[in-house]
Amino acid sequence: MNPRRLFVIGLPYLWLLALFLVPFFIVLKIALSDTAVSIPPYTPVLDLAAGWQGVKDFWAGLDLENFVFLTEDALYWKAYLSSLQIAAISTVIALLVGYPIAYAMAQASDEWRPTLMMLIILPFWTSFLIRVYSWIGILSNEGFLNQFLLWSGLSSTPLAIMNTTTAVYIGIVYTYLPFMVLPIYAALEKMDGSLIEAAEDLGCSRISAFWLVTLPLSRPGVIAGCFLVFIPALGEFVIPSILGGSRTLMIGKVLWEEFFSNRDWPVASAVAVVLLLLLIVPIILFQRNEQRQREADQ
Amino acid sequence: MNRRFSWFNATSLTLGFAFLYVPMLILVIYSFNESKLVTVWAGFSTKWYGELLGNDAFLSAAWVTLKVALMSSTLAAVLGTMAAHVLVRGGRFMGRTLFSGMIYAPLVMPEVITGLSLLLLFISIGLDRGIFTIVLAHTTFTMCYVSVVVSSRLVTFDKSLEEAALDLGCTPLDAFFSVTLPIIAPAVISGWLLAFTLSLDDLVIASFAAGPSATTLPMKIFSSVRLGVSPEINALSTIMISIVTVGVIITSLLSKRAVARQRADEQAAART
Amino acid sequence: MAQPDPTPAAKPEAVKPAGADRPVFAPWNDPDAKPLIQFRNVTKKFGEFVAIDNLTVDIFRREFFALLGPSGCGKTTLMRMLAGFETVSEGTILLDGVDIAPIPPNKRATNMMFQSYALFPHLTVWDNIAFGLKRSDMPRDQIPARVEEMLRLTRLEKFGKRKPHQISGGQRQRVALARSLAKAPKLLLLDEPLGALDKKLRQETQFELMDIQEKTGTTFVIVTHDQEEAMTVASRVAVMDHGKMIQVDTPDRIYETPNSVYVADFIGDVNLVQGRATAQGGGRYAIDWAEGQPPIHATATEGIAPGTAVHFAIRPEKVAISAEPPEGRANVVEGQILDIAYLGNISTYKVQLAGGRIMKSQVTNDRRLARRSFTWDDRVWLSFTETAGVVLLD
Repeated sequence: MNPRRLFVIGLPYLWLLALFLVPFFIVLKIALSDTAVSIPPYTPVLDLAAGWQGVKDFWAGLDLENFVFLTEDALYWKAYLSSLQIAAISTVIALLVGYPIAYAMAQASDEWRPTLMMLIILPFWTSFLIRVYSWIGILSNEGFLNQFLLWSGLSSTPLAIMNTTTAVYIGIVYTYLPFMVLPIYAALEKMDGSLIEAAEDLGCSRISAFWLVTLPLSRPGVIAGCFLVFIPALGEFVIPSILGGSRTLMIGKVLWEEFFSNRDWPVASAVAVVLLLLLIVPIILFQRNEQRQREADQ
Repeated sequence: MNRRFSWFNATSLTLGFAFLYVPMLILVIYSFNESKLVTVWAGFSTKWYGELLGNDAFLSAAWVTLKVALMSSTLAAVLGTMAAHVLVRGGRFMGRTLFSGMIYAPLVMPEVITGLSLLLLFISIGLDRGIFTIVLAHTTFTMCYVSVVVSSRLVTFDKSLEEAALDLGCTPLDAFFSVTLPIIAPAVISGWLLAFTLSLDDLVIASFAAGPSATTLPMKIFSSVRLGVSPEINALSTIMISIVTVGVIITSLLSKRAVARQRADEQAAART
Repeated sequence: MAQPDPTPAAKPEAVKPAGADRPVFAPWNDPDAKPLIQFRNVTKKFGEFVAIDNLTVDIFRREFFALLGPSGCGKTTLMRMLAGFETVSEGTILLDGVDIAPIPPNKRATNMMFQSYALFPHLTVWDNIAFGLKRSDMPRDQIPARVEEMLRLTRLEKFGKRKPHQISGGQRQRVALARSLAKAPKLLLLDEPLGALDKKLRQETQFELMDIQEKTGTTFVIVTHDQEEAMTVASRVAVMDHGKMIQVDTPDRIYETPNSVYVADFIGDVNLVQGRATAQGGGRYAIDWAEGQPPIHATATEGIAPGTAVHFAIRPEKVAISAEPPEGRANVVEGQILDIAYLGNISTYKVQLAGGRIMKSQVTNDRRLARRSFTWDDRVWLSFTETAGVVLLD
């Protein structure tokens, strides 16, 4: 291999090895270690100065104790379950909200579509944190939503939405909606319009043409959109910690608190390892969907 | 798709965009509120902007964030372009599958895991945490976004352009800089912009990588947001939203004009 | 740049061996001529797939050499090996007697015109043409003059400042040609150079291409799948199939005396009649092709053993058609008109012979259509001379 090629491949490769892959092994190692009141707050530490004996001691010190601990304490598996539930429900809501938007965008006229596209992408460029924050003023007890409900007489008492899982659903749907709309729009946009005309020509009503033609053809976009919402929602930290209050359990938040508040690095690492294992299945399914779509496009 | 205007479509677009924009609009309006109570309107005022500009903690955090974003996005643009080139043009080499896995994995990795793992790395190699470690962390996850953007451009890049450059006497390096890079430059720039925005925006990874010595703007916002709504944050949000809005509108107008000019050129060329 | 011939553009006929008062350009017949390019037992494999199969051929200076064949026959691979984008698996390629294998593409004295033109979209026409010159050892101050010269040669003087997307397809094609010729390469490779143009423009450009080749004296190797294009422009045509050159010859010989059924069938329209040959002395053969029909009388140069299975190939325009049995023709067969394809200047008659075989006859329409003496389902006689067709061994 010539030196130029070696450099071009080697530099990004080494960077990712050192700053992406190696850190994972460190997480795994610490997940197998024990908590200790020391700096760093875990044992054993690999002591290379002690030679072969040091390596042997290190291996002997590793165990699955933290993982056992995760199964014993109800907090953790409840957090995993509730993360799965929140991510799944939010994904379904995002689909129900996002599909009509994508559908309407795909049917808009040529001069409108770039503008609509820009309007969908614009929130993505604005700060995630600020978008989540903007809901506090709306959802809180004296917030705009409750002011409106009380004023219009739709409700006589303020609704407690802030600091509940409902607020987390709203936050996730709001921030990840563009991820749902864009792939569905892409699938609908490249669909041949004459297909609908053909279906109607063959006796479908508009609604049955939608069910029998449009919806099945937009399936790859729907699947991609669902994964793009579900996967980041599962490990979400910012939204539950701003909108969810202390009672909302999500695994990203548990990990953060375990690390920063309890300073229990081995347990935090074990939580991370389990979260990763949970994510592997949807990620692989997502990749398969993308792969199939790429092949279909060729 | 066939285009048919219908009330159903108009309604879903109106409600959808209202959902997306009303919260931000409220934020912007109430940043000009006289009262400290953010949900009660008490008259127009710009005093919160003044307070924000007088707040050194916010200003220095903003400065740190900007420095980090500039450095990490530039590094990420270089590394990400190299990685994209390897992915698309690299041919076969040992560990190719691992390489492409490491490019795509950070895109779907929860930030808490990326942050935690980088922090544990920095500690175990005894690196002092600060701006430098945030830059390292941000470069690592944003370079993957850059490489996805650039490689999707490279895939459609006509390989014979590079071959023509070689044929006309370029060395491979010369061919990259005088032919490939100028043509893929828009993709590299949008990759850089994406990396810059992601870095500006990131709270979780920065919190892990920063250590006690450096605070970024999102970290500062987060700690004050936890205490509730504050009009200063509204003012700050308004500034950030306006910058992004103006930027996005300008770029979309420019690209619209470029497309129009291209089309006019092509029509003119067809007539000659 | 060599410009030994100051006379204005020679017409295509003049380049062909048939040319009258000029010395015939046929270095391939001259045992002393030194070839510019020599392929010696060249094989190229992509994994298990053999793209070029033990190929040996010489190409001479100032030739316009066409590689013709269906897609996947190896013609593009052959060209890319010359340009340096593919390596040779076995054998050697010599350019001016030097093995080019170790020379990278940017150091080769060859230039290539790409099928997609590969014009750099970010550079003007002028800068595209100057691109290679700036990377050569030409002194800086001579580059503008050379670019202007190339713009004049390709009639693009007015378009120097434009970008590639601001000019038409035909102009882009000429920019690509000017750019690849600017460095005065020893050898110019053209990959389907006219493939992207519409038919009318393509025909005009073919003559332009020949004109420019004549003016610059550069050796051209062109890849094409269009046999008409190959026949028009080339001094020699190599008909390729499955990585082999089936026949390398001048266009007229490729057409008149194909060496195989493959070549006869690939070039132009042909009637192929299967039969068994019997020698009748003096290079004349009788071919029995159908029960109860008189044999076809034909000539062949090489000896054919009696009873050998052969194909008799004859071009439709060499088959005459008449309403009455003609006198004094070596071969006459009776049939019935099955179909008539009227193309304006010519008509092709599909005639069904006894036993169901179909033979085509092509006739110039020098009379008005209404005066035609036969039409669908009429009985007609097809006739041709002994030397009109060729006998091909299977």
